Amino acid sequence: MTAPDAASAHDVVIVGGGGAGLRAAIAVAEADPRLSVAVVSKVYPMRSHTVSAEGGAAAAIAAEDSFDEHAYDTVSGGDWLCDQDAVELFVHEARAELLRLEHWGCPWSRTPDGHVAVRAFGGMKKMRTWFAADKTGFHLLHTLFQTSLKYRPVTRYDEWYATRLLVDDGRVCGVVAIELMTGRIETIAAKAVVLATGGGGRVFPFTTNANICTGDGMALAYRAGAPLKDMEFVQYHPTGLPFTGILITEAARAEGGWLLNKDGYRYLQDYDLGTPTPEPVLRSMELGPRDRLSQAFVHEAAKGRTIDTQYGPVVHLDLRHLGAEKIEAKLPMVRELCRDYERIDPVRDLVPVRPVVHYMMGGVHTDVLAAAPLDGLFAAGETACVSINGANRLGSNSLPEILVFGARAGAAAAAYAMEAPPIGAAVTAQAADETRRLERLLASDGSESVAAIRTAMQHTLEGAAGIYRDSDTLAKAVDTLRELQERAAVAGVGDRSRTFNTQLVGALELAAMLDIAESIVHSALRREESRGAHQRTDFPARDDVRFLAHSMAYREADGGCRIEYQPVTVTRWPPGERVYGR
Amino acid sequence: MKEITLRVFRYRPETEAEPTFQEYAVPLRDDWAVLDALNYVKEEIDPTLSYRWSCRMGICGSCGMTVNGDPKLSCGTFLVDHAPGPITVEPLRNFPVIRDLVIEMTDFMQKLGAVQPWIIRDESDDDPHTELLQTPSEMDDYKRYSMCINCMLCYSACPVYGLDSKFIGPAAIALAQRYNLDSRDEGQEERLDVLSDDEGVWGCTFVGECTRACPKGVDPAGAIQRAKLIAANEAVKAFLLPRWVR
Amino acid sequence: MTTGLWQRLHRQRVPLLWWTSRRTYLLFVLRELTSVAVVWFVVYLLLLVRAVGAGPGEYERFLDWSARPWMVAINALALALAVLHTITWFMVTPQAMVLKVRGHRVPGLVLAGALYVAWFAVSAVILLLVLS
Repeated sequence: MTAPDAASAHDVVIVGGGGAGLRAAIAVAEADPRLSVAVVSKVYPMRSHTVSAEGGAAAAIAAEDSFDEHAYDTVSGGDWLCDQDAVELFVHEARAELLRLEHWGCPWSRTPDGHVAVRAFGGMKKMRTWFAADKTGFHLLHTLFQTSLKYRPVTRYDEWYATRLLVDDGRVCGVVAIELMTGRIETIAAKAVVLATGGGGRVFPFTTNANICTGDGMALAYRAGAPLKDMEFVQYHPTGLPFTGILITEAARAEGGWLLNKDGYRYLQDYDLGTPTPEPVLRSMELGPRDRLSQAFVHEAAKGRTIDTQYGPVVHLDLRHLGAEKIEAKLPMVRELCRDYERIDPVRDLVPVRPVVHYMMGGVHTDVLAAAPLDGLFAAGETACVSINGANRLGSNSLPEILVFGARAGAAAAAYAMEAPPIGAAVTAQAADETRRLERLLASDGSESVAAIRTAMQHTLEGAAGIYRDSDTLAKAVDTLRELQERAAVAGVGDRSRTFNTQLVGALELAAMLDIAESIVHSALRREESRGAHQRTDFPARDDVRFLAHSMAYREADGGCRIEYQPVTVTRWPPGERVYGR
Repeated sequence: MKEITLRVFRYRPETEAEPTFQEYAVPLRDDWAVLDALNYVKEEIDPTLSYRWSCRMGICGSCGMTVNGDPKLSCGTFLVDHAPGPITVEPLRNFPVIRDLVIEMTDFMQKLGAVQPWIIRDESDDDPHTELLQTPSEMDDYKRYSMCINCMLCYSACPVYGLDSKFIGPAAIALAQRYNLDSRDEGQEERLDVLSDDEGVWGCTFVGECTRACPKGVDPAGAIQRAKLIAANEAVKAFLLPRWVR
Repeated sequence: MTTGLWQRLHRQRVPLLWWTSRRTYLLFVLRELTSVAVVWFVVYLLLLVRAVGAGPGEYERFLDWSARPWMVAINALALALAVLHTITWFMVTPQAMVLKVRGHRVPGLVLAGALYVAWFAVSAVILLLVLS
């Protein structure tokens, strides 16, 4: 290990090459082309999980829509846990960002006269969701990636896995990363670091998230001393395919799909979500927010009105009445996924679905400039928590979020890097430490398998931090996770090769997941109320007196987790009742 | 539980000079794709097996492999369709192999970038506060070519690329056409240099296998032939017409 | 990137008989080979032109030569290959040519059908010229 040299020193290093990371990279390059910016990603950028987003991206553009209405839908959808100053700037900039994507070539679906088309979405009172059929994330990511190629100052470290943030006297100075192809361990020094590694749905056994969504960036920040905010809020999407967990987009319901129980009854009407109508009604029934729909499923299953399968209870998503033409035009990927992975055709068949872990509202605590409370550290996208999503994210807010806050993180990191003094030599020792740790891990001889610990962790989380939670199971989960941490510390990698060692990456990802899993259960145990995606059977009501506050999880020196609270910023919408369908 | 045999290509460069095949017995389950079987092997039998995968829903493009001789996304290729087996799983053809089923793809990445896959236009009159208009019919002109997930199955199927890796290849040309045919783009001429090169569209002999291999219906073979027409037109124009008419 | 690893990459080679490994590869090679038949017809036409230019005697000799069984066999084979050549190219033409009529793409079958119609029409004209 040598001191940072010119080849591996940059002004800004971005960890993660998905939507937020690429948007940040472009923002840095546009801020000042003399700045050197690097994107360090464990997969090639176009493999990032942004690619799987389906339904769309929200921004008020229709004549009858307004920024205020988008903000109100977002705040009420988030059960008033959103910071409203952040939401207000978000809804304004979302529109500018989506237009920018349009100018960069994103193939947004159009109206016959050539304007961008919008569709309905869950929890939204107006039609404001831009879409590229139902492959919105795919088109958005590829447009960003292809556009990023024209910016010469962007250096990519494709298939490099960042293992540690280097911190000198409270200031972040770069990362240590492994090049997967060769196993080389390298220091990549930087005046500013942006974390954009996405979410960590793989902490759970049944998730829409890709294999790569292991919360790496959250864990890097947490270990470096930055707090993780609102980690107890884990979103279950109501419609995932059984077994695979593949997402069936909310757009399926926005285009008019129905959720039916085993009697063919639109059961959502029994859960204060409105009365059924043949045509979809905004903020009603199937277009309610995701948390409420997933909770309704649990009650329906408890009443024995779901359909039993070998993968547990399911309900049916009925798209048959939409007809082949509409499904082909608006939901081609839904049809493709059903055909390829369930061997059914939604034009003729009912689609079996069940709630599935989809998104983490929580993440690295940042301010509206995307800055984390560590000098030189920024975060954006699902990795971060600003918070615009509060206790429950509305569908189609995450794509504009990665753009708005990706751009903000890039701009802020660029500004910081331009002012920042050169990096000190102290990081060299830290880098050497990290290299030794990784070498030890590679040579380790443990008997336990990484896969077994991972499975145990996933089932612990599903049992304790699922749609409904209570104090006893959460407290037990805290203990179980401690044990799993100890087992993981002595587990063996089982592969000593330096060449594309996916076992080594798997062990490092497991360590990251265990850390964020602990922050989830600790935060959930401490929040003695029910709000949005966090539902406690022992505390069924929202408690604005004690908990109109963000939970902040800090890692203690002994590896434990300390929870503090920070008040929510309320500007124009005082906490009120969430009303859907009436 | 019925079982099926996977015959998996192994290559560990630090310990082996040449690749070998290793057999694994995995459960033959109705809903298991080849990728599920590989994950079973990695978790239950042999953690040293290396391969790429991520989304397991056919959109990230990571898990391309050669399954029983055909280039396939392993997440969308089901065991039951190849029963009773054995199923031979190899890395994508025509690429160097780093290890096991992992191929080296920097050549592909360079080629994607070489065709300038971004909107090229004079932006001086554009209003950032409104969208550039594009009718659904105009979008149809390029839509199909925008569906490429960069899975590289087409390169694996292309004998021209196999014989001469300098050929820029199906996906890159389809991507160039994706922008050439976009009504918002004015960069066709700039992309022509790379496309009309000997290693550009003229390298293609229209085997058509890329289009058959494509899991997303992109039709790179069609894109290449259309690019040939453009390149030929431009060449004829350049030859016959004085500069100011062109 | 260390040089050692580049040397350790396993290079997959295309076997000499790669075109026998798949039916579609074989068909492709056949299609390419049929162009030899097209070349033959061009040569044959040039020989005919030369014979006609050289006077009636030479023309008679050309006809006799053409009527020999092995020449008939060659021409029959070449005709079959040329037909295959034409059909395979007509099959792929809709992929290469995108025709739009009033904003709608002309379906591939229609385009290929038009080519066949044109082909038969030209053949009919030639047949008429020859027979009259």
